[in-house]
Amino acid sequence: MSMIELQAILPIIVLTVVIVLLMLVIAFRRAHGLTAGFTVAGLLCTLLSIPVAMAVGEQTMSLLSVDRYGIFFTVLLLGVALASTLLSWEYLRHRSGRNEEFYLLLLLATLGALVLAFANHVVSLLLGMELLGVSLYALISYPEKGKLPLEAAIKYLVLSGCASAILLFGFALLYAALGSMSFVEMGERLSAAADNQVLILAGTALVLTGVGFKLSVVPFHMWTPDVYQGAPLPVAGFLATASKGAIFAVLLRFFMEAQLHQYNTLLVTLGILAVASMLVGNLLALQQQNIKRLLAYSSIAHFGYLLITLVAGGVLGGSNFAVEAASYYVVAYVVTTLAAFAVLSVLSSDGEDEKQWVADLTGLFWRRPLLAGLMTLALLSLAGIPLTAGFIGKFYVFASGIEGALWILLGALVLGSAVGIYYYLRVIYVMTLPEENKATEYAIPWLGETVAVLLAVLVVWLGVFPQPLMAYIGEFF
Amino acid sequence: MILVNLILILLVGGVIAWISERQHPNLPRWIALLVILFDLGYFFAVADLSWSQIAVVPNPYDATTWLFHYKAEWIPRFGISFELAMDGLSLLMVVLTLVLGAISVSSSWTDIKQRTGFFEANLLWTLAGVIGVFLALDLFLFFLFWEVMLVPMYLMIAIWGHEGRSYASMKFFIFTQVSGLMMLFAILALVVLNQHNTGVYSFSYFDLLGHNVGGDIAYWLMLGFFIAFFVKLPGFPVHTWLPDAHTQAPTAGSVILAGILLKTGAYGLIRFVVPLFPNEAMAFSPIALALGAAGVIYGAILAFGQDDFKRMVAYSSVSHMGFVLLGVFAWNTLALQGAVMQMIAHGLSTAALFMIAGSLQERLHTRDMSKMGGLWHNMPRMGAVAMFFMLASVGLPGLGNFVAEFMVLIGLFKVAPWAAVVSALVLIVGAIYLLIMMQRTFQGKPKEGLRLSDYGGREMLTMAVMIVGLVWLGLYPQPVLDTAQPVLDSLTRLVVEVSAAASTTDIAGAFQ
Repeated sequence: MSMIELQAILPIIVLTVVIVLLMLVIAFRRAHGLTAGFTVAGLLCTLLSIPVAMAVGEQTMSLLSVDRYGIFFTVLLLGVALASTLLSWEYLRHRSGRNEEFYLLLLLATLGALVLAFANHVVSLLLGMELLGVSLYALISYPEKGKLPLEAAIKYLVLSGCASAILLFGFALLYAALGSMSFVEMGERLSAAADNQVLILAGTALVLTGVGFKLSVVPFHMWTPDVYQGAPLPVAGFLATASKGAIFAVLLRFFMEAQLHQYNTLLVTLGILAVASMLVGNLLALQQQNIKRLLAYSSIAHFGYLLITLVAGGVLGGSNFAVEAASYYVVAYVVTTLAAFAVLSVLSSDGEDEKQWVADLTGLFWRRPLLAGLMTLALLSLAGIPLTAGFIGKFYVFASGIEGALWILLGALVLGSAVGIYYYLRVIYVMTLPEENKATEYAIPWLGETVAVLLAVLVVWLGVFPQPLMAYIGEFF
Repeated sequence: MILVNLILILLVGGVIAWISERQHPNLPRWIALLVILFDLGYFFAVADLSWSQIAVVPNPYDATTWLFHYKAEWIPRFGISFELAMDGLSLLMVVLTLVLGAISVSSSWTDIKQRTGFFEANLLWTLAGVIGVFLALDLFLFFLFWEVMLVPMYLMIAIWGHEGRSYASMKFFIFTQVSGLMMLFAILALVVLNQHNTGVYSFSYFDLLGHNVGGDIAYWLMLGFFIAFFVKLPGFPVHTWLPDAHTQAPTAGSVILAGILLKTGAYGLIRFVVPLFPNEAMAFSPIALALGAAGVIYGAILAFGQDDFKRMVAYSSVSHMGFVLLGVFAWNTLALQGAVMQMIAHGLSTAALFMIAGSLQERLHTRDMSKMGGLWHNMPRMGAVAMFFMLASVGLPGLGNFVAEFMVLIGLFKVAPWAAVVSALVLIVGAIYLLIMMQRTFQGKPKEGLRLSDYGGREMLTMAVMIVGLVWLGLYPQPVLDTAQPVLDSLTRLVVEVSAAASTTDIAGAFQ
């Protein structure tokens, strides 16, 4: 490995060093504030190393390629990690227990996510995914001694393990057929390997199953609501945004570089998955009384919308427009979902039970107008109302679907969004109800509120001035 | 900039009204009223319009020939710009919006007792959104205003509404939002197909007018736009959100909904559906006329069966707005003028009826007409006012509604006599249900021992504004007709040109 290549992967190196140092810090002195502060500083250092890494230009190595695409998702993921750290600090502050290793796990998960953002090879993909997954098992059950987190963690462990095995087997079949594990080479040999159709088909189907599980696409979605509900709020937020975002990033790269759009069967399958996710996700969210479960089903639906861009990209022969649409949608989804989780997490930062029921928000508009306003904004963005990031995302999905003439998928999108409005509005409605009991005094969790405000500002900013981001994501592959 | 300021003043005013609640709970009302009046005054002071300016026939393809035009780059990636423009039609609508806005503030002066600041803020923001809809000529921007105005309106119904507000506000939002998604779909498809033809993305109305997307797909796109406007209008059979929303909304909400929000649908039909898709609209016109006639009669019959005062007025709205649909799809100058007239006259008369309903509910705590009767005895002033607006709604000659409906019927008769004949029946049905309404509420034997306060100065002043407006529209509608004439001329000419260019369809003659 040359110096230039080392410089290119500097963010990953810096983050790894930070993790080792953090471990030493915890070993010497257990202090919650110190650990959180060190984590934030470490993440900022990693962010600062990005310009240095970019200085050497795009580098494609055998396992990782550091390009604009990877850098883009790295920044997004580091941002999520930063917000999650601050929210976790606020959340864990009033909860007893040894919380220091929590940040260690969070950083390890982030490292896995970063590897995914750069991965251009099956091996790095699996490494990143496992690093992310294993850290998440521990994170989900970490801070609480209750049964739900444990149940969620075990559920996620078992199912995620199965999914990884299926994924691995799928890649093995693909390797048997194509003789390579690098995305680009796989793409080159794909058109030539006409005699191995069955192997390739079985391989991609298995890969799709594994990835579909991680993205919680219907019919591989069963785990999502339970895990969201069991996981502590900041972890659920991280799982919903960073984990899914990173896995989608690598899927998109795999899809583009391996030129999977040649496979019509694959596109049809993706289309079916998209329709199923949009409809099932939205319908199951309708009657949820738990906001975490509601957001889980909503995220299932959102990945259904997102898959439309993949299908469109395939129909259009790997068009850049679809990548642009997908990237924008991921950013909008991540920022909005994180904002919603941030509000819930701030509300639950008083050390008592999590405020995770819709009824807990009754009268929030009059008790804590700021948080209610932020929550409303996040929900409207999820529903795709203009002036929010979610609307521009939906706009992109529509545009790519129309370019690809995917009328059935777009019909399902309209139907799904129609159903979706109902449950988002229901939460807003509950917040406007008159409050039942007088508000109790509370210490203002200013740090968490600041994070929530910043995320909400970002939601509006991306919805009102999307041009700069559009210009950046317009030229990835 | 004047157009931008028109919207901005209302937005900022809303924020000020919200904050001012901390000083005094009464302050937001005054601020809201003053902001609206200031907006109106600002517009006329700065616009400095003369009749000769208004009489200029605008070129539909060239924004510079319009009264005002403002354009700024926004999202060049997709050719989206912040483009506002005003011609005679939007001028009328903006003035109507602001006048009814001021009236709605007055109408909710006493019945909103909690969180007045946030209420008035939502009211002002709704007005800002509606004015945006009337001015936006970039389709993306138009859609944005179209959707965003829903949110404050939703909050108004959901927070300050009556007993069934949860259901009604949700239904209102979902109906409009879903139909809006179809319009978004149609807008995007139009832009993308146009981009395939011309090579550039543009959402500007002026660029899209000359699109040459044709065939079946254009018909579907036309339907996408049509459905959104048709739901908002509301047309039969997708009117069901309206009786619920109107009944459950607070008085000011009902006034705004009936007076202004419904007009955005009518405006959209005139501004977008027919000019963008002339041939397809032509092919579709028999269906649209049938739906319009059905709505006119169906709304009237259902209004006849209501016990709830507000529900009755709501169904009468369905009936009256059917005339607008008829007027637009008859597409000749007379019928279009009638449609525009109807938008204004119906705005005033229905707003007044909703105000009366609101006052009755405030005093009697019921909207059930079977529990009323003999109220004239207790409240002679309110009774007289109600009688006036009842007669206006029936279509008494000499008042605005008569002029409007008469013009639509004459214009329609040239194109589709059967539709005109059927809808003319409403003049009988309408008279029946409105007279019965009058009998059940204000006439009859007064109830013993009921002490009610009659209308005071504020209410009478508000009502006087609307009475003068309707009488003026009824006796001397020429200024309104003159303002709308150049726009309608240019639009009908555009449609004739386009259909002449594609003069292969048999139905092309229908619009000449």
